[in-house]
Amino acid sequence: MTTPATDTAPAQAPTPPRAPALSAPRTFATTARVLRQLRHDPRSIALMLFVPCVMLLLLRYVFDGNPRVFDTIGASLLGIFPLITMFLVTSIATLRERTSGTLERLLALPLGKADLILGYALAFGLLAVVQSALATGLALWVLGLDVTGSPWLLLLVALLDALLGTALGLFVSAFAATEFQAVQFMPAVIFPQILLCGLFAQRDTMHPVLEGISDVLPMSYAVDGMNEVLRNTDVTADFIRDILVVAACALLVLALGAATLRRRTP
Amino acid sequence: MHTAIHATGLSVVRGGRPVLRDLGFDVPRGQVTGLLGPSGCGKTTLMRAIVGTQAKVTGTLQVLGRPAGAPELRSRIGYVTQDPSVYDDLTVRQNLDYFAAILDPGRAAAARRHADVTRVIDDVDLASHADALAGTLSGGQRSRASLAVALLGSPELLVLDEPTVGLDPVLRRDLWNLFHTIATRGTTLLVSSHVMDEAERCHRLLLMREGAILADDTPDALRGTSGSVESAFLHLVDEANARAHADRATTTTDDDRQEPAR
Repeated sequence: MTTPATDTAPAQAPTPPRAPALSAPRTFATTARVLRQLRHDPRSIALMLFVPCVMLLLLRYVFDGNPRVFDTIGASLLGIFPLITMFLVTSIATLRERTSGTLERLLALPLGKADLILGYALAFGLLAVVQSALATGLALWVLGLDVTGSPWLLLLVALLDALLGTALGLFVSAFAATEFQAVQFMPAVIFPQILLCGLFAQRDTMHPVLEGISDVLPMSYAVDGMNEVLRNTDVTADFIRDILVVAACALLVLALGAATLRRRTP
Repeated sequence: MHTAIHATGLSVVRGGRPVLRDLGFDVPRGQVTGLLGPSGCGKTTLMRAIVGTQAKVTGTLQVLGRPAGAPELRSRIGYVTQDPSVYDDLTVRQNLDYFAAILDPGRAAAARRHADVTRVIDDVDLASHADALAGTLSGGQRSRASLAVALLGSPELLVLDEPTVGLDPVLRRDLWNLFHTIATRGTTLLVSSHVMDEAERCHRLLLMREGAILADDTPDALRGTSGSVESAFLHLVDEANARAHADRATTTTDDDRQEPAR
């Protein structure tokens, strides 16, 4: 790659060392590229950032006569929104990368799979921070969401949820052949988790089978974590367990997502 | 090392069906080799095998002295897929900046990358569209943007899958001139096409049909008495068909003969 254009002897071209599994400059270049792509699409950015705020606003006045309900559901939704948004955005973006041939091109270059996945996770994680900050700020200081714990902890859970959404989106994009299918994965992967996460009914009041299922779904821990912050001033042991479970799930699914990226395809 | 690509007994299976059958050929270094054949004959599969993105490849395939797909080859080969693979929501320059950063990462290399990106934009004659979104370019411009990505880092081997499809005659001529300029710098080019008249512009030709190589020769030798590469190709196809027909006839009679024995 340092060979000048006038070089006539290919043998002189230096053989670059083998690419390491993870290279920070390549990861950051990927993050910058994904963000640059987004910058050319201001409408998507606006939808991602403001739709959750509008939903919270709506919810606040739906429960106008019963602010306690808004506290519970509002806090849970602060954890669910980033997950859903990032799931959708990542699954479509990665699918586009797969179908446009750029993924094949990238994997034929000295780019580690981890570089690509972390590059995406960083870019969308950054976006999730902005989204969560806006939604949390609006809920706490404009809509009067009554939270006992620190708003920073809410933000932390929201960020981990966003990471989990990114990981899930990346993973399912491997099983979708078209964008049409990718969108269908949302009801398949996300909706059952919303039903079972404790948003509509306390998890311990569900049918034991469903309660068992909800115990192994990561979104349940995301919502539990939010509720811990809602009710407790301090960081509780349950809260630590919840965020660790969400983080571990995100990492596990990211690793599974990396395994779906194949350099050689049929 | 005189051969850039060396294959023996190369076979590829896709979807349970053999797509390439027992290929053997050599591609010399520093020349433009044309890979010609009708669409669906396995050209793309062969190119993907050479670049190392094709699964289920058996046999020997040495590329630049290494087994195809070896990690250290990734920065030494430029590959252009048939459909332009660039990010439509980035400008031509932003696309190139990103791919350059993957090939030659790090802040220290920024100046070198910038020079490289400017060079390849000039090479494919896209300077006037460098800041246009790739998605807004015409088909021909997009495929040239895709080609520019492959030229980054001056790879030793360029594998180009139908790079001139849909281009007007002037651009096609300009691109072929560029290919020859690149070859004189010492780069090996493998260029596929299903247009026979492009054969005349290659140093060597591989003629393919139905997953097999019909001929591996210079355009002059292939033309021989037939007058053109196209008629030579047709002649070879007729011969191959006649041979296949004869083979089938013998196997059928063999079966007939064996049947009473069972």
